[in-house]
Amino acid sequence: MSKTFAIYRKELKTLFVSPLAYVVMGVFLGLTGYFFALILFNTREASMRYVFGNMAIILLLISPLMTMRAFAEEHRTGTDELLMTTPVTLWQIVLGKYFAVLTLFAAMLALSAEFPAILFRFGDPDLGPILGGYAGLLLMGAAFVAVGLFASSLTNNQMVAGIVAFGILLLLWLIEWAAGALGMASTKVFEALSILRHYNDFEKGVVDTVHVYYYFALVFLFLFLSIRSLETRRW
Amino acid sequence: MVDVESVSKRYGRLNAVSGVTFSVKEGEILGLLGPNGAGKTTLMRIITGYLPATSGAVRVGGLDAFDHALKVKRRTGYLPEIPPLYNDMTVASFLRYVCELKGIPRKRRSECVAAAMEKAGVAAVAGRLVGNLSRGFKQRVGLAQALLGDPPLLILDEPTVGMDPRQIIEIRRLIQSLRGSHTVIFSSHIITEVSAVCERVVILNRGRVLAEGTHEELVKLAEGKGGDGAKREPRQWESTESLYARASGLENVFLRLTADDAQDDDGGGDAVE
Repeated sequence: MSKTFAIYRKELKTLFVSPLAYVVMGVFLGLTGYFFALILFNTREASMRYVFGNMAIILLLISPLMTMRAFAEEHRTGTDELLMTTPVTLWQIVLGKYFAVLTLFAAMLALSAEFPAILFRFGDPDLGPILGGYAGLLLMGAAFVAVGLFASSLTNNQMVAGIVAFGILLLLWLIEWAAGALGMASTKVFEALSILRHYNDFEKGVVDTVHVYYYFALVFLFLFLSIRSLETRRW
Repeated sequence: MVDVESVSKRYGRLNAVSGVTFSVKEGEILGLLGPNGAGKTTLMRIITGYLPATSGAVRVGGLDAFDHALKVKRRTGYLPEIPPLYNDMTVASFLRYVCELKGIPRKRRSECVAAAMEKAGVAAVAGRLVGNLSRGFKQRVGLAQALLGDPPLLILDEPTVGMDPRQIIEIRRLIQSLRGSHTVIFSSHIITEVSAVCERVVILNRGRVLAEGTHEELVKLAEGKGGDGAKREPRQWESTESLYARASGLENVFLRLTADDAQDDDGGGDAVE
């Protein structure tokens, strides 16, 4: 546990020492602000619902940038040899890195609370959908980060890691579209796999445990795959 | 302390290490000597548990290096071929991080870091960023990392690469000072270095052990085969304490063995310095 925490702290420091964290947060907040203003002027409605939808897409695009470094850089510089030859388990390494990136992700979401704060200052929005929306984004982000870590564990090239992560995420995002093409019987299966479908309820302020389980399952699956891939890399 | 039993490692169709067997006694300094590409690094990676062997087994202190990986890693300090350093950390914070990874208790960390920095000669650059250090200093920070927590087994892959002559002598002295208290496996393609530091030498070429023994045994072995290695009287240079004389003896052994092993292999040529 203390070793997981040591790796977590070191990773967090690395993220915040480099300009990456600030650029990613700046771009995310800038774009979110742009959508927030546009939607507010168009709808004149004190609601975050449509803003959340746009935030989800921005997060899909930028979260691979937050995770692509994680293992690819260790493989490239040879520091994985240090991690793998000190008495640390793969779970400790993966969890330490996972929670470090997730912390950056959560910090970014927390900063975006300025937008609902503006709504509360000048209007009277519903609190439920806003909290639900944030819970959904955080859960979805937890899955994004796990997918990104897995992609990074596959390679020693950050670009490749980023592109693979983006590919997997986009596929999970749009997998619903296959439902129509392959007939009614498969509809339920594809809908059940879709990251987007599970997110929609949160925006309405509904927190269904099925969706929570879905994201947890995705996190666990991809962290497990990361560990398998790190193990087999050395074979 | 370390038993390597018919270890083989294949990368696809390439046999990096084939059927290597040797053992190292506690407190002994063993040199792995071989030309570039002989399988030294692969062998060390297998002993440290970084790579699994394709076949064979490695036991460290009686424990299988693969089945008891964590226990073995706890008592091993390892300096890989490329020192594993994070360029955006200072020397001291990097070493503290490695202390945490090695599970050294909080109370002992400052003391351990200070001791390792002192031994490896990096105390003067403790506050500098690793990325800004010269190659020799980076190598020494890598060595300091291996020494942290005073592990009984040290595995050093070409520890003096990139250092200036003065630093090389310091590192040699450091390794010699570990004799008796630590078991050291140390690789090099520089013959003078191996003969200056190691009690026993394993000569590797193309993934196989060509010869194993003390310096004197190896010279006798080469003489038994005849040839130019045998022309000199062993007593002449055994009595000479000079490093150079010892080295030229082992140089002959090495050249003979690697030449016998493969005529078409010119790897042995650039291995002699």
